[in-house]
Order: sequence, then C-alpha cells, then structure tokens
Amino acid sequence: MADTTTRAKFRWGLLDVFVVVFALIPVLWIASLSFKTPATLTDGKFIPREWTLENYRSIFSTDQFVRALVNSIGIALIATLIAVVLGAMAAYAISRLDFPGKKLLVGVSLLIAMFPQVSLVSPLFEIERQLGLFDTWPGLILPYITFALPLAIYTLSAFFKQIPWDLEKAAKMDGATQGQAFRRVIAPLAAPGLFTTAILVFIFCWNDFLFAITLTSTERARTVPVALSFFTGESQFEDPTGAICAAAVVITVPIILFVLFFQRRIVSGLTSGAVKG
Amino acid sequence: MADIVLDKVSKKFPDGTVAVADVDLEIADGEFVILVGPSGCGKSTTLNMIAGLEDISSGELRIGGQRVNDKAPRDRDIAMVFQSYALYPNMTVRENMAFPLRLAKLDKETINAKVDEAAKVLELTPLLDRKPANLSGGQRQRVAMGRAIVRQPKAFLMDEPLSNLDAKLRVQMRTVVSRLQKQLGTTTVYVTHDQTEAMTLGDRVVIMRGGAVQQVGPPQELYDNPRNLFVAGFIGSPSMNFLHAAVEEGRLRTALGDVPVGDRLRRELEGADAPRELILGIRPEHFEDADLIDDDTRQRGMEFTAPVDIVESMGSDKYVYFTVEGERASAAELEELAADAGAADFAGGGSNLVTRLSAESTVTEGQDRRVWFNLEKIHLFDPSTGRNLTLHEGRAAGALAA
Repeated sequence: MADTTTRAKFRWGLLDVFVVVFALIPVLWIASLSFKTPATLTDGKFIPREWTLENYRSIFSTDQFVRALVNSIGIALIATLIAVVLGAMAAYAISRLDFPGKKLLVGVSLLIAMFPQVSLVSPLFEIERQLGLFDTWPGLILPYITFALPLAIYTLSAFFKQIPWDLEKAAKMDGATQGQAFRRVIAPLAAPGLFTTAILVFIFCWNDFLFAITLTSTERARTVPVALSFFTGESQFEDPTGAICAAAVVITVPIILFVLFFQRRIVSGLTSGAVKG
Repeated sequence: MADIVLDKVSKKFPDGTVAVADVDLEIADGEFVILVGPSGCGKSTTLNMIAGLEDISSGELRIGGQRVNDKAPRDRDIAMVFQSYALYPNMTVRENMAFPLRLAKLDKETINAKVDEAAKVLELTPLLDRKPANLSGGQRQRVAMGRAIVRQPKAFLMDEPLSNLDAKLRVQMRTVVSRLQKQLGTTTVYVTHDQTEAMTLGDRVVIMRGGAVQQVGPPQELYDNPRNLFVAGFIGSPSMNFLHAAVEEGRLRTALGDVPVGDRLRRELEGADAPRELILGIRPEHFEDADLIDDDTRQRGMEFTAPVDIVESMGSDKYVYFTVEGERASAAELEELAADAGAADFAGGGSNLVTRLSAESTVTEGQDRRVWFNLEKIHLFDPSTGRNLTLHEGRAAGALAA
C-alpha cells in the first residue's frame, strides 16, 4: 500500500512539474528577454549573457507607458469595484429572493457573457463617438462592467447560496433590516467570494485588448496592452522587443501581487461554526 | 411580555399546498407552549409565521393584543432560537450576543452589562471572546439562547433547539430551558418533533398533523385522554399498542380475547352508521403480570396468554414484548405514525405488543405468559375518522363505562 501511494505521489508530482514548467516557460522567457541587451536579444540563450536594466529604464522614461499604466490601473480598479458591488447585490437577490423574471434575468446575463464581443465593437464605437465617451475612461469602464457583471453575478450567487439562510433569518429576528442583515452578516461571510470575483473581474479588465484598441485613440485612455502594440524603438530601425518584454513583465507584476494579496483572504471555512453539520 | 393569539391562521403556498390550516390558539402571557408533530405537520411554518419569517395567508396574529400580520420580524419584538443555532461565525460570542442590542442602538455600557448578565445566567462568561467555531455543540446552543434572552423580548420562539445535541446533553439542556423559562417568565413557543420534550417541557402541548391542530392541552391530559388515534399514538414512549377489534354481538373480538363493552359504548355501536370494526388502544403500563395482581384489580380487567418475545429489564420495571396473532390494526394515522418513526417497512406477521410489567415479574423470554390488562384504561378508536369513542366529555372512560 505505502509503495503504491509513494509511486502515485511521484507520478502526480511529475505531472504537476510538467504543467508548471509548461505554463511558466513563456513567462520566464519574456522576463529573460527583458533583461537582455539589443545585441544579445536573438542569441537564443535562456539566461542572458549580459544583464541590463536599460529596457526598463527606457519604458519608464517615456510618458507613453507610464500614462498607459495609470489608465490601466484606474480603469480596471473602478470597473472591478462597480462590477463587484452591483454583482453582489444582484447575486444576493438571485440566490435569496423569488421574484418574477428571475430566470429571465439569469438567462440574459448568461447571454451577455456568451455574446461574441468582437461583433459589438463597431456599434460600440459608433455609440461612444456619438455620446462623447470615445477615448475616455468611462468609455472603457462601461463595457468592462457590462461584460464583467455576468461573471460576477454567477460566481457570487454560488457563494451566497452556500451561506446558511438561517443566519439571515436570525439577523432579522435580532432586529436587522434586510440591508443591515446583508451588510453586517451576509457580506462579511461572502468575503472570500467577493475577493475571488474581484480578482477574476480585475484580470478580465486588465487583460482586455479588443475594447481598449477600438474605443481609444490617444494616451488619454489607452491601456497598457494597447500601448504595448504601439511601442516603437528609438528609431524606425530599432527593434522594440526588449522594451515590449520589459513592459509585459511590468504589467504582469500587479496581477501577481493582486492575486497573492487577496489569496490570503480566500480562506475556506469562514462560515464554520455558524450552523451545525 | 405578552400573550400570543392565533385566530384562524392559515398558510397556503403559491403552488397550492396548504401547510397550516385554520389554527386557533391562545397562548397566555408567560406560558410555555409546545408545538409538536411529525415532520411536515406545519409546526415550523406556524412558528415562522409567528416570527414574521413567513407571511400569513389568512387569519390574524396578535401579539400583546396588537395585530402584527404585516409587521416585519424586527418590529414584533420577539426572539428566536434556531435548530441550527445560526450563530454569526465572524463574530465572537460577546459580539453575537450583543448584536441585537447594537441593532437596537443601546449605548456600549448597557450592552456590556446586559451581555455579561445573560452570559452569567447561561454560564458562558469564560467563553465570551471565542468564535463559534471553537465551541462545542452545547455551548453554541447556549450562545444561541443567550442571544435570544439578552434583549428581553416579548416572547421566545424556539425551533427544535435541542435536536442537534446528543442524547445526554439534550436531557441536560431540557432542564436548562425549562428553568430559564420559569426564571424569566417570558411567553415561549417551542417547536419539537420529540414527544418526550413536549411532555416534559410545556405547560400546554399542541399536537399538529397535516397543518391542523389535533388537540391542545396539558401533557398529562393528552396522555390520558387522547381525542383521536393520532394523538394517542404520538404521545407516549413506548407508544400505545393498537389492535384490530371486530364488533360482534355487543362484544369486541380481538387478538387478546373477547372484550366486553359497557352500556354507553354499546349504545354508540348500535347506530346504523356505527363502525363495525374498531381499533383498540392500550398503553404499555396498563398491562401487568397476572401472577402479581390481587383479586380486586383482577376484576377490573381481563387476561390473556401469549408467548414472550423479548424482555428488556429497566431496573425499575420490565418492558416485555409479546407476539399476538390476528389482524393488524390499520388506519391512515397509524401508517403516518409508523412512517414518522421510520418503521413503515417493518412489518412482521401478527402484532407486537409492548407491555410494562413490574420488576418483580419472573417473566423470561420464550415462555408463554399469562398477562392481565386494565379494561378501564383502554381506548377504542373509529378507524375511518380516528375519533376516540371511549372519550366521554373529554375524559377517557374505558370500555366498560355504563
């Protein structure tokens, strides 16, 4: 018995290592490129022969990248905040109340999530130009919220359904209004769900390229993924690969920090002790 | 503190099911009332309607003389203890108990004083800074009670508060609940499916079945004078024995022999639409070993001989199980009770008879034994309606009543 479990563990371990390596190699490759000098960029060595921070210095010296970074952070944070707050309220209603049109609401939100975004790009472009939202922060925040909401509603209603209903009844009996019961009892318990949803929504907004490239035209609202595509070298003949890689590393770091920061909050068993069994 | 009046209160769900039908109940100020019945009888729905967690479909609910049908739970000033305890896991015991007071916007010192006082009553003082996850089942239960008593509401509602505890703790907590209720003198409505809890705790017991009240009364009265078959079978542990009885020439033919009937019952059975078949009910303690009774007692009952199946000695007395031949008593109520006890599929040939005999009895398993039973204490039920025919002006009169 012990033998088979060790073997099984070994096999699983091997598989895990394979998956991790498979997923991380491209990331490490980009990181490696970002530290190379232009001359050694194409030497095919995984570990740079000559280390340099020149690429990083160059992206932060241009206003282009810094502006885009500010835009990205601002737009993604605002969109995440609004989507999670709205999503939490909608998910709470869906998981707790029985109202006419509930199935329709869930169906429509699923429809939105499945709708091919690329087909909406041209109409959105026209609409935003007419409304004066083109190339502004709200011009990106609005579509992000629209497409993040279904995601938020789905994940959050699953979390809300796990919270024992008795807790809410107890809060009501203790004299809480519906709003107080939600804020003081349900929301704190749904915190892991809120953080999980926030991470997912943030990553969605942060990574988006499609909307960002079509609905912006200048540095006013251009986000990092788009800004990267506009990177050019010092001169027409210079290859911006190193700079692009450095920028890619820079925009991956916030995501990793974000996940690591919130991961500590995503602890299961937060509701343990509430009800028996 | 207040009285609670249910005036023809009904609950009908949108899909048409009637969970509670026309319940009339007057609960006096300070009274301890138990709602009891098998699962699905509407007892919890009734409690939730009193709490305000369920809407009332029709009828009127008054607390302290005031109509509260349309009031939110928070405006009814009543506290509830849930079966699942429903403690807030993100708060400490102190915060849990303080929660209703904080919502009532009391100042900090008052809150602390009240929580400390309630904690003292329930012996929770050393646990005040723990989270519910670090408490045992019994401690959580007491915290749930503490949260209810801390704000001195008009009434307590308890929804099977002890059913998640193990047997020993349950008995212990039962006395705690009882003492607490006496001490505080607060009107209490307590829901349980456990007839022992119902018998031991309440001032009055309400037995429900299929959304309707079957009988209301002090525990002893329900035990002695059950109005129908359901109440008779539900109350008592071990439960009442039921036997098939055929009415023939003024006698009842049963597996225990022919049972004579008195004049009053005979008159009732002579009617044109009177049932030809009855169900005879005898409680286990109304049997006795025929060797152990004096002649005076012997005359009030009759005897039969049956093989002893199992003897369980309790020390104070003996539970003796007999197998008797003959048709099984059958009625909708009995099937429902069996299903609730989880014994629906347990049906051997003949009937089992549970008797409680004196500890002095020398009965042993396997032998045939002569057993006496008290004719004054038997009940006869109409199998179609479940009505107790031996009940005379609310008092059980036995088979022989003149």
